[in-house]
Amino acid sequence: MSFETAGYQLGPVLPELVLAIGSMALLMLGAYRGQETTKAVTTLAVLLLVLTGVLELALPAGKLVTFGGSFIVDDFARFLKILALIGSAVTLILSAEFLSDASRRIFEYSILVLLSTLGMMVLISAGDLISLYLGLELMSLSLYVVATSHRDNVKSNEAGLKYFVLGALSSGMLLYGASLIYGFTGTVSFAGIAAVAKTANVGLVFGLVFLLAGLCFKVSAVPFHMWTPDVYEGAPTPVTAFFASAPKVAALAVFTRATLTAFPGILGQWQQIIVFVAIASMALGSFAAIGQTNIKRLMAYSSIGHMGFALVGLAAGTTEGAQGVLVYIAIYVAMTLGSFAIILAMKRDGKNVENISDFAGLSRTNPLIAFFFAMLLFSLAGVPPLAGFFAKWYVFVAAIKANLFTLSVIGVLTSVVGAYYYLTIVKTMYFDEPLTKLDPVRVELRTVLAVAGLFNILFFVYPAPLVSMASAAAKSLF
Amino acid sequence: MTTWPILSVTTFLPLVGALIVYVSRGDDEAAKGNSRWIALWTTLITFAVSLLLVWRFDPTVADFQFVEKTNWLAAGITYHMGVDGISLPFVILTTALMPFCIIASWKSIQTRVREYMMAFLILETLMVGTFSALDLVLFYLYFEGGLIPMFLIIGVWGGPRRVYASFKFFLYTLLGSVLMLLAIMALYWNGGTTDIPTLMHTAVPRSLQTWAWLAFFASFAVKMPMWPVHTWLPDAHVEAPTAGSVILAAILLKMGGYGFLRFSLPMFPLASHDFAPLIFTLSTIAIIYTSLVALMQEDMKKLIAYSSVAHMGFVTMGIFAGTMQGVAGGVFQMISHGIVSGALFLCVGIVYDRMHTREIAAYGGLVNRMPLYALTFMVFTMANVGLPGTSGFVGEFMTLLGTFKVSIPTAFAATFGVILSAGYALWLYRKVVFGTLVKPSLASIKDLTFRECLTLFPLIALTILFGVYPKPVLDMSAASVQQLVNNYNTAVSAVKAAALLQ
Repeated sequence: MSFETAGYQLGPVLPELVLAIGSMALLMLGAYRGQETTKAVTTLAVLLLVLTGVLELALPAGKLVTFGGSFIVDDFARFLKILALIGSAVTLILSAEFLSDASRRIFEYSILVLLSTLGMMVLISAGDLISLYLGLELMSLSLYVVATSHRDNVKSNEAGLKYFVLGALSSGMLLYGASLIYGFTGTVSFAGIAAVAKTANVGLVFGLVFLLAGLCFKVSAVPFHMWTPDVYEGAPTPVTAFFASAPKVAALAVFTRATLTAFPGILGQWQQIIVFVAIASMALGSFAAIGQTNIKRLMAYSSIGHMGFALVGLAAGTTEGAQGVLVYIAIYVAMTLGSFAIILAMKRDGKNVENISDFAGLSRTNPLIAFFFAMLLFSLAGVPPLAGFFAKWYVFVAAIKANLFTLSVIGVLTSVVGAYYYLTIVKTMYFDEPLTKLDPVRVELRTVLAVAGLFNILFFVYPAPLVSMASAAAKSLF
Repeated sequence: MTTWPILSVTTFLPLVGALIVYVSRGDDEAAKGNSRWIALWTTLITFAVSLLLVWRFDPTVADFQFVEKTNWLAAGITYHMGVDGISLPFVILTTALMPFCIIASWKSIQTRVREYMMAFLILETLMVGTFSALDLVLFYLYFEGGLIPMFLIIGVWGGPRRVYASFKFFLYTLLGSVLMLLAIMALYWNGGTTDIPTLMHTAVPRSLQTWAWLAFFASFAVKMPMWPVHTWLPDAHVEAPTAGSVILAAILLKMGGYGFLRFSLPMFPLASHDFAPLIFTLSTIAIIYTSLVALMQEDMKKLIAYSSVAHMGFVTMGIFAGTMQGVAGGVFQMISHGIVSGALFLCVGIVYDRMHTREIAAYGGLVNRMPLYALTFMVFTMANVGLPGTSGFVGEFMTLLGTFKVSIPTAFAATFGVILSAGYALWLYRKVVFGTLVKPSLASIKDLTFRECLTLFPLIALTILFGVYPKPVLDMSAASVQQLVNNYNTAVSAVKAAALLQ
């Protein structure tokens, strides 16, 4: 067993160490030089994330294990860490405007995003329940604070508080589940649990249910989704973009790793839970979004639905399923960041507008933005030849192979329901009478939008790299 | 023989045209003119290139020609293109009708011309691709991708109820297609590939055949459309701009029939055989019921839309008869209907451009002011009825003949459809064209302009040419249809023999 022979080298955690030390250094810089350094700290934070990513890629290939098996760097971890780093870095870029406002010049924002990202990286590499919990809490605690970063805004504060209270509850459940699992298997390491948990016993399943409940909360899957719409709407928009991208990557990563590597012996037990959660999330995400008028709230329901689709792949419990989850989350992050770049660009007379009716006639006042957004929406709906179709293809193809026909049929049917509300936004942009032109869009938003939009439209031309990387990553789990 | 990928060039030329339209900016009127001309030239060049396909096509070979294959998604899912005798007529139909659509939109589309032309060109790429894809995933990509431009065409340039019609069109079609997507996945795991020629020779277990057939049926029946899932079509037709209706009736509907021919019959012969009575029933109901509904319409476009549903009933009936005449007749009927219904929608568009109404009651006595129009409209009405000497007759006759060998009651009932179609078509023609011209609003109506003649006269020529000399189309498809029918009959009789032995 690799974890017994594994030593305590620091090599595999080098990227995390650099990120941790770097964020401390930036914290010192901000603390001693004051709020004027906000811009510099943000820029340096982005560079630090890039450096971390480069170091991650520079690690020797293959499976690296350290800290007695608590920390695993394999292709799966590399793939998702890069994705999470991209998510965080792009969010910081998108936040530039939010932070340039004099009243909100807070350098801590970037530091918190960095620390949260550090938590995600630990989470993605977690090889036992202890490092899972450590990563999860570091990530979440930073997120709670970031949610309230619009200090003078009641909604922002409400969002942060709500997130904190519900998040603490879910952490409690997760911890309870973890302790039950430890009690019934005598170990906290995933590999060790897998070796013991060959058959289901009541205590173990009990623990598993609580563990999954905690994880469902983090990916905002039904029935633990209640916080999502309020937090998405209340938090400042760049923060919402952050919530919707990087933390989802990390949470889904640990969800996948924990279920597939720690409980392969009792697949039948957790599969039915995931199937239920996936169906419920897809259905709620589709139906509840129809009535929304606020674009951020709509994106919240949309993300609930998308997590449901991603879990369809996990429900298969196979290599193909894991590959499906990875492809899905990668494409989802691109679509989400692109969409939020547009939502941030929706400014009239210096104020952000976030109602769906504000998009009316955008195709005539800002044709390019409207075009990219329409394509992103069609992609979110899963219409080919856009990237979102391929995401759905890979999760459902895995589900079909695992003979999960009911799940697949319900899944694709809810995607048709979901298509309705995406179409409503396209309709507003293309069929309705135009309002006034938007304020000039900042260059960083335009860049993010162009990259995400082109990725989304042109993905079908050369999908092989992402797909084969995801395939290699999925294989490293088994 | 060739070194350049002629099929991909045909497919993607319109896309290149769309990009050129996009980058050509300028002040308003000039820009509008530019985009029209670029679109027209693109479609003409595409048509010319597609004629090369006809020229180099070997009609004696049943297999796929002009095959292109490149790695794409993963093992077993490749970029695989090619045409055979069944798909080539549809490719040509598409490329041939596009220039007419562009010309027909020359004057009637005045807002957002650039976007309009781009939508049409992108749609052309997707339609040609649908007919020439030899990989299921690639097929699905083209097939579903067409929804986006069509949704925008109906929604942006459509009539008063365009939002309702575009949503209904999109969601209806999507609903049918997602089930087909799941069946494609099941076939992928069954055969290890989504390559269509390989899958045609892969045995599919009986139970999977049934389910997969039903899933494909869900998609193609909506697209076709078959009764009772046809209700999106009248709405979409009425609200779409003229050229949109033409494309919808002439080409998008044919994707359903093409799908049955390409997938249902060759890949699931047993299920097709089992479900043939269902298809016959639905086709007969469609032929008779929608013809009766057409008799009651007050809107010209709606009437033609219902008549399309009836005519597609002949196609499905012929295809699932599984006989040489039935299948060849189905292909011919689709091509013929593509020309005739497209032309009929152009005819409606011509009076709509003048009067801005499609109410049958608003017209009458047009022959007095518009003799040329009356003549044109008559030819297409007769073709729609299926008068011998027009292309409409050949298709209907062959499908009825093919069905007669398999199911006499179906053929018997369907023949009433021919009578009913004469009823509604002649009634429409009499109301609109004949009589005295009493309505003051029509007093100054003008006859066809040169541009309108340009769109209609070639179609008249084709209608009559194929009516008296259908050989070119039938010859083109004969070998492939023969192979399809043979394989189908072999598979069905093998199972029957096995059942007898037990």
